Amino acid sequence: MAVLTAPERTSPAPPPPRGRRARGARRTPPLVLAFLLVPLLAEAVWVFWPALQGFYLALTNWDGVSAPEFVGLGNFREMAHDEVFRTAAVDTVLWLVLFGGLSALLGLGAALLLQQERRGVAFYRAALFLPVVFSLVATALVWQAIYQPDGVLNQLLESVGLDSLRHAWLADQDTALYAVIVPALWRQVGYVMVLYLAGLKGIDPALYEAAKVDGAGPWQRFRYVTLPQLRSVNAVVLSVIIIDSLRSFDVVWSLTRGGPYHSSELLSTYMYSTAFQSLRLGYGSALAVVIFVLAFGVIASYLVRAFREAD
Amino acid sequence: MSATSTAVRRKRAATAGFHLGAGALAVLWLLPIALVLVTSLRSFDDIAVHGLGSWPRSFTLDNFRQAWVDGGQQRALINSLVVTIPCVLVTLTLAAMAAFALSRYEVPFRRSLLLLMLGGNLLPPQILLIPVSKLSELMGVYDTLPALIGVQIGFGVGFYVFVLHGFMRAIPVEIQQAAVIDGAGPWQIFWRIILPLTRPALAALSALSFTWIFNDLLWAITVLRSDAKMPITGALIGLQGQFVSMWNVIAAGSVIAAAPTVVVFLRFQRHFVAGLNLGAVK
Repeated sequence: MAVLTAPERTSPAPPPPRGRRARGARRTPPLVLAFLLVPLLAEAVWVFWPALQGFYLALTNWDGVSAPEFVGLGNFREMAHDEVFRTAAVDTVLWLVLFGGLSALLGLGAALLLQQERRGVAFYRAALFLPVVFSLVATALVWQAIYQPDGVLNQLLESVGLDSLRHAWLADQDTALYAVIVPALWRQVGYVMVLYLAGLKGIDPALYEAAKVDGAGPWQRFRYVTLPQLRSVNAVVLSVIIIDSLRSFDVVWSLTRGGPYHSSELLSTYMYSTAFQSLRLGYGSALAVVIFVLAFGVIASYLVRAFREAD
Repeated sequence: MSATSTAVRRKRAATAGFHLGAGALAVLWLLPIALVLVTSLRSFDDIAVHGLGSWPRSFTLDNFRQAWVDGGQQRALINSLVVTIPCVLVTLTLAAMAAFALSRYEVPFRRSLLLLMLGGNLLPPQILLIPVSKLSELMGVYDTLPALIGVQIGFGVGFYVFVLHGFMRAIPVEIQQAAVIDGAGPWQIFWRIILPLTRPALAALSALSFTWIFNDLLWAITVLRSDAKMPITGALIGLQGQFVSMWNVIAAGSVIAAAPTVVVFLRFQRHFVAGLNLGAVK
């Protein structure tokens, strides 16, 4: 991953001689410093400063109008007794496992199927890939039409004689979360497929030849050649999945807003509605801190990796 | 003789099997898109009587007019483009500048700065939502498009810096030294040498960032309030409320909202896919 450069690109020209002075001038010209400081300032204003405030606000009660009142860890203690928080946390984990796991599996499967250079393969790839460019909002509305009580899915079930399975998919607490995962998957699989396709392309064909000569069957070649060779792509996909899962918001918000009765609530939607609809900005910030803590491992491992690559 | 014909037959079977499997997958994936296209062209009565899943019995372009004019999608699309295009240009310009400084000069703490910037982009946006909405109120830009442009630039820039830094680092140092000997200053080196050599990465990142920014909902509904200022994603959600269960209009709205990114994708498919491989962070 340079962070995540495609494998074929991870071996750039051998690095130039590493003298202290190898990279251009010794003293940084003022213009170059300005080049760096302007973007840094933009990020500082819109990201670093707000982030610090966010962590502070998590320790307060705040309605957004009067001054924030410092309550220490009170918000986090409240979470321990908050049923909705528990639901949202469990749903987020479910989302991570189902949405993440399935998009990785399906993406890998699609990549394995579509890696062969055959006539027409570009079309199939494009078809799987097209949803990636849609906004999740548009995606969600399409699927809402499918899930309607008189929608396509129910009509389909009826036409094949499975009337008993007819359902108000999004209005039923038991099915809402799963019904929301499907469109998210539909959109994500093509993306994961692209990552795996690049990874598969990077595998040396000689390895397969050697395995064949040694008498390895297709499954063994997959198990002992493909999978180990994909290890770095797997790491990328895993990080992408975790970060995407924790960020997932648009699709749930446009389909169910977390309902009915919080049955499809994720931490991200709960955070948003707590902050901007219930106007409990302190508690919302505390929920955001929980999301941050969950993402922290991924972020840290990313940065460690980037640190190694950056020099 | 017979051995070769068996081989040929087997190969043909494999090809057929491949197209069957891949074709089924493609159909499954394209079906929802076909459904929304068809729905956007049907009349309300047709859908009300025969249902969403039935074979279309009507054809009308009026849904697009309703979404476009009555549903305010024209304005929303303009808002989206007013936000997206400057964001892409400014973010990539700023990122290229910072990446140039960090990759080609011995800036003190350059590695820490690079990681700090990347780290900012990796933060879950949720932690920023409340402070950013308050900050934009404080700066007097709450509920204006500049607020959205500002936060998109600030939040995006770190990631692009990181990717471009990787690219620029791979450019041989001799090229730059030759230019220095010829009397080129940093600006000329940046503009005439490094930037042209970074073009593939810039193309990939622009295709990618266009869709990211264009498709964003979370930042938009955080710093914007009034319907008239919403970009297309926010407007689409509004449309859903305004035209409750009028699926023909909602479908037309979805088509309008998806069209620009699909055009970018079809036009820049190669760059786009390259960008995804660069840009796996999102």
